[in-house]
Amino acid sequence: MSATGPVGPPSRLGPRDLLAEALAGVLQRPGRSALTMLGTVLGIGSFVAVLGLTATASGQIGARFDLARATTVTVTDHPVTDGVPPGANPPSGFPADSDARAGRIDGVTAAGLWWRIPSDDLRISAAPATGPGVQGLALFAATPGAVAAVHPTLAAGVTLDRYAQSAALPVVLLSRTAATRLGVTRLDAQPAIFIQGLPYTVIGVYDQVERLPDTMLGMIVPGSTALERFGNPGTADDEAAHLIAATRVGAAAVVADQLAVALRPDAPDLLTVTAPPDPHGLRDRVTSDLTGLFLALAAICLVVGAVGIANTTLVAVLERTPEIGLRRSLGARTRHIAAQFLTESTALGTLGGLIGTCLGVLTVLAVAAARDWTAVLQPWATLPAPLLGSAVGLLAGLYPAVRAAGTDPLTALRGG
Amino acid sequence: MSEVIRLEGVGRSFAGPPPVTALHPCDLSVRRGEFVAVTGPSGSGKSTLLHLLGLLDTPTTGRYALDGIDTGSLRDRDRSTLRGRRIGFVFQSFQLLPHRTAEENVQLAQVYHRTPRAERRTAAREALQRVGLGHRVEALPTTLSGGERQRVAIARALVNRPDLLLCDEPTGNLDSASAAAVLEQFERLNGEGYTVVMITHDPAVAARARRVVRIADGRLTEPAAVR
Repeated sequence: MSATGPVGPPSRLGPRDLLAEALAGVLQRPGRSALTMLGTVLGIGSFVAVLGLTATASGQIGARFDLARATTVTVTDHPVTDGVPPGANPPSGFPADSDARAGRIDGVTAAGLWWRIPSDDLRISAAPATGPGVQGLALFAATPGAVAAVHPTLAAGVTLDRYAQSAALPVVLLSRTAATRLGVTRLDAQPAIFIQGLPYTVIGVYDQVERLPDTMLGMIVPGSTALERFGNPGTADDEAAHLIAATRVGAAAVVADQLAVALRPDAPDLLTVTAPPDPHGLRDRVTSDLTGLFLALAAICLVVGAVGIANTTLVAVLERTPEIGLRRSLGARTRHIAAQFLTESTALGTLGGLIGTCLGVLTVLAVAAARDWTAVLQPWATLPAPLLGSAVGLLAGLYPAVRAAGTDPLTALRGG
Repeated sequence: MSEVIRLEGVGRSFAGPPPVTALHPCDLSVRRGEFVAVTGPSGSGKSTLLHLLGLLDTPTTGRYALDGIDTGSLRDRDRSTLRGRRIGFVFQSFQLLPHRTAEENVQLAQVYHRTPRAERRTAAREALQRVGLGHRVEALPTTLSGGERQRVAIARALVNRPDLLLCDEPTGNLDSASAAAVLEQFERLNGEGYTVVMITHDPAVAARARRVVRIADGRLTEPAAVR
């Protein structure tokens, strides 16, 4: 016999009726439904709040990100040592016009070469007489571009200019520390200090630097003067020549891409370019540990929520055994019964998810407002959150729905 | 007149241990428009027969045709459909959903029945009108008397215009006045052409039917010429 022959079209439960029946089931006991949803509300709320707060806090880390560090690109030289007599340093791999070459790149505000001159064996003193000099002062060689990139705040005098570089003048910039230790207090008499007995005119004293904080405990001579008097830069890591480039905000990565080729179009591989760490990557590393912990807690909340929904739905199935029997007597098929309870639990989960999402968003907003932060909510984390609640409800309803469908209408009706 | 119910050697036994024969193979024929009472003491097999007739259970032996349709070969889907479409159940404990109005309770029978939503309200009100509850469509079951609740349940059984009204101790939970009113209701419906099969342990209630079938120890007997 065909399915729709004498029996007629099979009974059905339309989607609208299914939804109406499920919602009626949920609203039938609003107090219990609310308590049942609590776990899901907390779980989803935690998810949204944790992800939102992480994003918001990261936004703040980004804003406070060390500006100088993010706008500094350094290039390190790998000098070719072939054919250089032992004991002598090879010429630097940087071209003589490095300052100009790097400075022409869009986004570079200042760039130049610098290196540290080993000063332990040098006698640095305030007077030409023999005897022990002042120990522990670092000696740096820098081109005018590098000095500009280091950006010293001058307490007195002037900075190194191109003339000092091109003429290889015996001049020096002193840090405040070096000036104090060498007894330089005033510049109007054009004082000089002595390195290996040779005089250097002090043209300026600086207080603060933006980059190369090591120079705070030392002094800076023009690069050309250093080459003439101390020879090529060393090959050890802390003595090798570097190019330092100060960039505009956000330009560091692009500048880093171009620097090696701009400096040595013939052999860019001889130079190693170091760009500042990607602020996003850093931010992610900083926050990922804590976020993971909170997300784990949120996941536990969700599991608890799912168990809560499963439990309540199961209790409802047992409680409503007569109703199941009645529905079966009214023509409901087992799948209709299963669908109804599954939809009920899914509706509970969805409602819990919606409420949880709202609470999570409110939490993020409240925290951001309290701290004067800009609230950041990622759409990919916020928008699907209610659906996560639905999924929890759906999963939680599977077993109760199967139990409900398996309820024998006979037993169900006999009880009453 | 056509047969609404035709049982041929229908029996039901439960596998043990110990195996129990709840209903010995029996024959029964109920024609359209009949009012039949099935009576017997508790534990006699009345409920088993009711569940078999209501397609809530399947016989272990024999053949049951409802409205000429052999139900033995039907799948659960078709049994559910047949049950919802051709049989109206009335239970002893009414089985109304407590949080829904009389009208909504009646409409529940139409949910699985492909009745267009627009027609449900009219049909439900009509059914309630027929049982004399046209003025209480918005009432919740908790505010209705026992007799009124059973009439709502009857309206629910009627709303899909079934071929068979299957009643299980419909007066069991009612006082005598309400019971009388409900029985009058069945008589009226039977007068309108409805086939009514009523299961009861109460001989006085059974006496209201035009035909009485007795059941004892799982054996069906029909005293000749009751009417």
